[in-house]
Amino acid sequence: MARMKFICDAERCIECNGCVTACKSEHEVPWGVNRRRLVTVNDGKPGERSISVACMHCTDAPCMAVCPVDCFYKTEDGIVLHDKDLCVGCGYCFYACPFGAPQFPQAGAFGLRGKMDKCTYCAGGPEENGSAEEYRKYGRNRLAEGKLPACAEMCSTKALLAGDAEVLTKIYRTRVVTRGKGEEIWGWSMAYGGSGKLADQPGGKA
Amino acid sequence: MLLNRKSEGRAERANPLSRAMGALGAKTVDRRSFLKGSGITAGAAAFASQLPLNMIGEASAAPAAGGKIEVKRTVCTHCSVGCAVDAHVQNGVWIRQEPVFDSPLNLGAHCAKGASVREHGMTEHSHRLKSPMKLVDGKYRKITWEQAINEIGDKLLQIRKESGPDAVFWLGSSKHSNEQSYMFRKFVSMFGTNNMDHQARICHSTTVAGVANTWGYGAMTNSYNDLLNTKCMMFIGSNAAEAHPVSMLHALHAKETGAKMIVCDPRFTRTAAKADHYIRFRSGTDVPVLFGILYHIFKNGWEDQKYLNDRVFGMDKVREDVMKNWTPDKVTEASGVAEADIFRAAEMMAKNRPSTVIWCMGQTQHSIGNAMVRASCILQLALGNVGTSGGGTNIYRGHDNVQGATDVGPNPDSLPGYYGIVAGSWKHWCRVWGVDYEWMKSRFASQAMMEKPGMTLSRWIDGVTEKNELIDQENNLRAVVYWGHAPNSQTRGLEMKAAMEKVDLMVVVDPYPSASAVMPDRKEGVYLLPACTQFETSGSATASNRSLQWRDKVVEPLFESKPDHTIMYAFAKKFGFGAEFVKNIKLVKDKNGWDEPLVEDMLREINNGVWTIGYTGQSPERLKAHMRHMDAFDPKTLRCTKSVVDKETGYDLEGDYFGLPWPCYGNAKLKHPGTTNLYDTSKHVMDGGGNFRANFGISRDGVSLLAEDGSHSKGADITTGYPEFDHVLLKKLGWWSELTPEEQKEAEGKNWKNDLSGGIQRVVLKNHGCHPFGNAKARAVVWNFPDAIPKHREPIYSNRPDLVAKYPTHDDKKAFWRLPTLYKTAQQKAINDKVHEKFPIVLTSGRLVEYEGGGEETRSNAWLAELQQENFVEINPKDAQSRGIKYWDYVWVSSPTGARIKVRALVTERVGAGVSWIPFHFAGWWQGKDLLDKYPEGAAPIVRGESVNTITTYGYDSVTMMQETKTTLCQIERA
Repeated sequence: MARMKFICDAERCIECNGCVTACKSEHEVPWGVNRRRLVTVNDGKPGERSISVACMHCTDAPCMAVCPVDCFYKTEDGIVLHDKDLCVGCGYCFYACPFGAPQFPQAGAFGLRGKMDKCTYCAGGPEENGSAEEYRKYGRNRLAEGKLPACAEMCSTKALLAGDAEVLTKIYRTRVVTRGKGEEIWGWSMAYGGSGKLADQPGGKA
Repeated sequence: MLLNRKSEGRAERANPLSRAMGALGAKTVDRRSFLKGSGITAGAAAFASQLPLNMIGEASAAPAAGGKIEVKRTVCTHCSVGCAVDAHVQNGVWIRQEPVFDSPLNLGAHCAKGASVREHGMTEHSHRLKSPMKLVDGKYRKITWEQAINEIGDKLLQIRKESGPDAVFWLGSSKHSNEQSYMFRKFVSMFGTNNMDHQARICHSTTVAGVANTWGYGAMTNSYNDLLNTKCMMFIGSNAAEAHPVSMLHALHAKETGAKMIVCDPRFTRTAAKADHYIRFRSGTDVPVLFGILYHIFKNGWEDQKYLNDRVFGMDKVREDVMKNWTPDKVTEASGVAEADIFRAAEMMAKNRPSTVIWCMGQTQHSIGNAMVRASCILQLALGNVGTSGGGTNIYRGHDNVQGATDVGPNPDSLPGYYGIVAGSWKHWCRVWGVDYEWMKSRFASQAMMEKPGMTLSRWIDGVTEKNELIDQENNLRAVVYWGHAPNSQTRGLEMKAAMEKVDLMVVVDPYPSASAVMPDRKEGVYLLPACTQFETSGSATASNRSLQWRDKVVEPLFESKPDHTIMYAFAKKFGFGAEFVKNIKLVKDKNGWDEPLVEDMLREINNGVWTIGYTGQSPERLKAHMRHMDAFDPKTLRCTKSVVDKETGYDLEGDYFGLPWPCYGNAKLKHPGTTNLYDTSKHVMDGGGNFRANFGISRDGVSLLAEDGSHSKGADITTGYPEFDHVLLKKLGWWSELTPEEQKEAEGKNWKNDLSGGIQRVVLKNHGCHPFGNAKARAVVWNFPDAIPKHREPIYSNRPDLVAKYPTHDDKKAFWRLPTLYKTAQQKAINDKVHEKFPIVLTSGRLVEYEGGGEETRSNAWLAELQQENFVEINPKDAQSRGIKYWDYVWVSSPTGARIKVRALVTERVGAGVSWIPFHFAGWWQGKDLLDKYPEGAAPIVRGESVNTITTYGYDSVTMMQETKTTLCQIERA
C-alpha cells in the first residue's frame, strides 16, 4: 500500500513560488488562503535555504486528535482529508498543527472564521470524485485522475516531490549520495515520527 | 490510539492510487509515460538512476460534465526559458493548465509565473483593458474600434504630413510573436521611419552588439539544457533563481552531479545562496572582476594556447593590457574583491573545463555594458570554452520572445535578420516583401533618413524634449506609440512624464492599460487599444537558446481585444499601404469580419528572407511537428536521434535539434537540424557544427583574420580558414555547377545572405560541409568599438570620485542615434556638485520571481499579486540603523534627478552597506500618490506601487544606448 508524502529538498528549492501558484490555479484558492507557502531561513545571508510547506499529511495527525467534530479522515494512502460539511471553523486544528497548514477564509461581516481549508494532496474530499460539488469545496481531485499534486508536478527545480514515501526516499537518497548533502528530510520527524533521517526510512539505504 | 479513522456514514472512496497502479501492471509503460505522472521528471540521461519506476499510471483526465475538453499546447509568455504549457479548454474557456513533462526545455517545471498563466484566460475579475478607450477631459471613455482606427490614423497621417514620418516613435514589443515583431518592422518601415525599437534595447542590446562583434552572432551560444554538460558555471550579473527559475532545474542538477557554481553579484541573490563560491563586488566593476580573473589565468598559464592560436585574433594585446592594468591590487581597489576570491574563481573556471559564463542584465545595463560583455567573451575565449558543449557564454534573455524580436523585429538600425539599413539591405527586403524599392524609399523623408538608424526607446523622451537644432532629424517627435511596452521599465521617469505630456498624441496598444495610461497628467490625446495576449492567437517564439516554439491559439481573443497583426493591418489600410503590407500573406476574416493576416504565411515570409541567421529552415510545418513530438528530443543534447514521423505532415524529426535553434540554414527541404551550440568545430555543419564567422574582413594590420590551417568544422572540404561565400567564390572553387539551373539564375550576383533560392547555402553546407558565413577567428580586440579592448569606466553617477579620476567615462557624443549624448559632462557635473555626498547609497534594480518586466500583466494576476503586494527597497542593516529605519517602514528614496519614491524598507544583509536594491516591476504610484483614479474603470492592476525608474538617472551605453540602471546613486530617509 502506498503512503503518500511530500519531500521538499532544501538544496534545490529556490523559493520561486511555482508550487504556490500551481495550487492557487488548480483549485482556485481564494486570496488570503494559502494551502502552500514558502518558508525561508537565513534570508539574504549565507546559509539561506527555503522550504515549501503545506499539510504534511502526518501519521498521527494532531489536527485529527483535537477536532471536536471529527471532521478529519485519512485515506488508505495516508492522506489526511476533512469534511467541510462537518467543520465548524473552531480553529483548534490550526493551533495543533506544527506546519501551520489549516487556513480559515473569513466568512460573514464580523470576520468570522469560515470552514477550514487546507492542502488535500490534490485528492478532493468526501464527495464523489471529480464532481462539481467536490471541486467547489475542495478543489480538483488529481489523484482520482491518476495525477500527482499540482505543486510537485510543476516544481521548477524538482525540489518538491510528491508520491509514495518509499519511492520518494529512493529518489532523494540518490541526490544525497550524489551531492553528499541533506541527510535529514525536512519535516519528516515532526510529521511521521522517528528520526527523519534518510537512513532510517524504508528505501533510504542502499 | 491511532488517529486513523474515517468519518462514519461516508461512502468508501475508491483508492485512486491503487487503481492507477493496477492499470500500470496491465501494460508496459515507457520512461516518459512514467514521468508524465510522476512530478519528478529528471530528463537528463545521467539522471536515470533517480527516476521512479513504480509510481503512478498515465494520466487520464476524467471528463467533466458539459463539453469536450480540448488540449492546446502553448508556451509561457513570461521569460525566455520557453516552458511549455498544456491548456485544457472546454466550451472555449481555459479551465485548466497541465505541465508538459515531454518538453525537453522545462520537463514540466514552472515558476510562479508559469504555473499561473491560466489566469490570462479568465474573464471574471479580469483587469484587462476590455475595449478601445479615448481620454476625454481627463477620463477614459469607451469608443469603437472603427472610431479608434480612424481618429488615431487621421492624427498620425496629419503629423506625418506636417512633420514627416520621423516625428512618430514606435515602441514595439518583445512579447510579440516572431511573426508579429517581424510585421511590426515592416509596418513602421512602410510608415516611413526607423524610429522604432523594442525591449531588447534595455535588456541585452549591449550583449547583442558586443557578442556579435566578437565572434559573429549576438546570442546565447549554448542552451539552458547544455548546463547539464558543464563542469563549472559562473553567474555574473544574473540572478537566474528569480529571473529564469526553470533554468535552475538544469543548473542545480549539474551542480548535484559535480559542477562547480560561482556567483558574482553586488547582491547576495537567491542564486548566490546556491553557489559554491560567492563574490560580492562593487556595482559596475564587472571589467575589473573579469580581467582580474583573466590575470590569474594568464599568470598561471591556464589559457588554451592552441585554441587562441587557431581561432582567436588579438588576445596578445588583451594579455598585455590585463597584465599591466589589472594586477590584483588594482582589481581590489576598483571592485572591492580580495585577491584570494578572484584567484579562486580563476582556478575553478580553469580547472573545471568546459566551464561557462552566464550573464543577464547585471552586465548589460551600464554605460559600458558593451565592454563588460566583451570581457566575459574574452575570458571564455582565453579558456577555449566557446564552441563546445558545456562551455560558451550563456546569455539569458528576458522576455519570452526578446530573442526573436531582436532577430526579426523592430530594431532602429537593422532590418529583419540583422541586415542593416543600407540600400542593399532595403533592396533585399523589398524583394522579399514583393514591393518596389523606389516606392519604399518614397515612404521615407529621404534616402538619408532611410539609412540612418532611428532613435532608441531608451531616449525617445529626448526626441520630444531636446532642442530641435541638436537632434539629427528634421523635427522633434510629436507622437509616441507604446505597442506592447511598459514605460516604467525605462529610466528617467520624471523626464518621461514631461515628454508624455508634451507630445500631441499617445497611443497604447496592450492587453492592459499599462502605466502609460496613467503617468502623464493629460486631459486628452491618449488612446488605449486592447491587444490580445499570445494565448489568444498563434505564432512562434524564440527562446533564449534560439529554439523556436509554436503556440496554438488557446482561446479566442477576450473582450474586444484583437491580435497585434490584425491591428497592424487595420492601420496599414488606413495609412494606404494595406496591399503592400500583406503582399505574400493570405487574409482570413475574424469573427467580427476584420481581416487577420495568416500567421503561417508571415512565418513563411520570414523563412524566405532571413538567410543571415538561419531563420529559413523553420517552416510552420516543421515547428508544429516539433511541438507535437516533444518527447522525441533528449533534454541533455536537445536532439532527436531516432526516426519519429509526424502523422499530420509525414515529417521525420530524426536528427533535428528541438525547435530548430537558429541558425537553421537553407530552406526547409535541406533539413538542416538547427544549431544547439554555436561555433562547435567538433560537428559537421549539417549536424549543427560550425566555427567563428568571417564578418570583419580577412586581415587586420597585416594579420590574417581567418582561422588557422586545420581549424574547421568537422568534415569540411576546406580545411583552412575561408571567407564568406558568394557567387564569385563558388565559381572559383568550381562548385557553381552544383546549383540547379533555377538556383543559378537566382544566385547570379548574389551571396549566401541574399540568394533567395537557398542554392548557395545548400551546396556549401550539404555538398562540401562548409559554413556559408566563412571560417574565421573571433576578435578579442573589437577595433570598431569605443574601447577596442574592454576598459573599466566609472558609471555616470559614481560614489567614488577617486576612481572617476582614474577611470573616467567617455567623451560626449554629438549625434548618437540621432541625439546628443552626454558622458564626461554629466559625470563631471555630478562630481562637481558632490552628488555622491548628498546621495551616498548606490542604487541598483532587478527582478522578482513573481513579476515580469513593467509588471502590469503579472500585477493584474491575483495569484501572483498576492505574493508581492508592495514595492520595497533592500537596505543594509547598517544604513537602516544610521537612518532610524526599521523593517517594513515606509521610506523615501530620492535621487539626483529630484524625484523621490515612497516604498517599504526591507532591511537585509542581502545588500552590502552603502548599496540598495529595488525591484523594477511596479508602477501605478507617482512620488507617493496612488494613481488608481486615473486608470480606466476595472482595468487597474491589483498591485500598484512606485516605479524605481521614476528616480533613475541619465547614462547610456556608448555603443547601443542601453540605459544605466544597475549603478546609480540615491538617498534613503524615513517617510
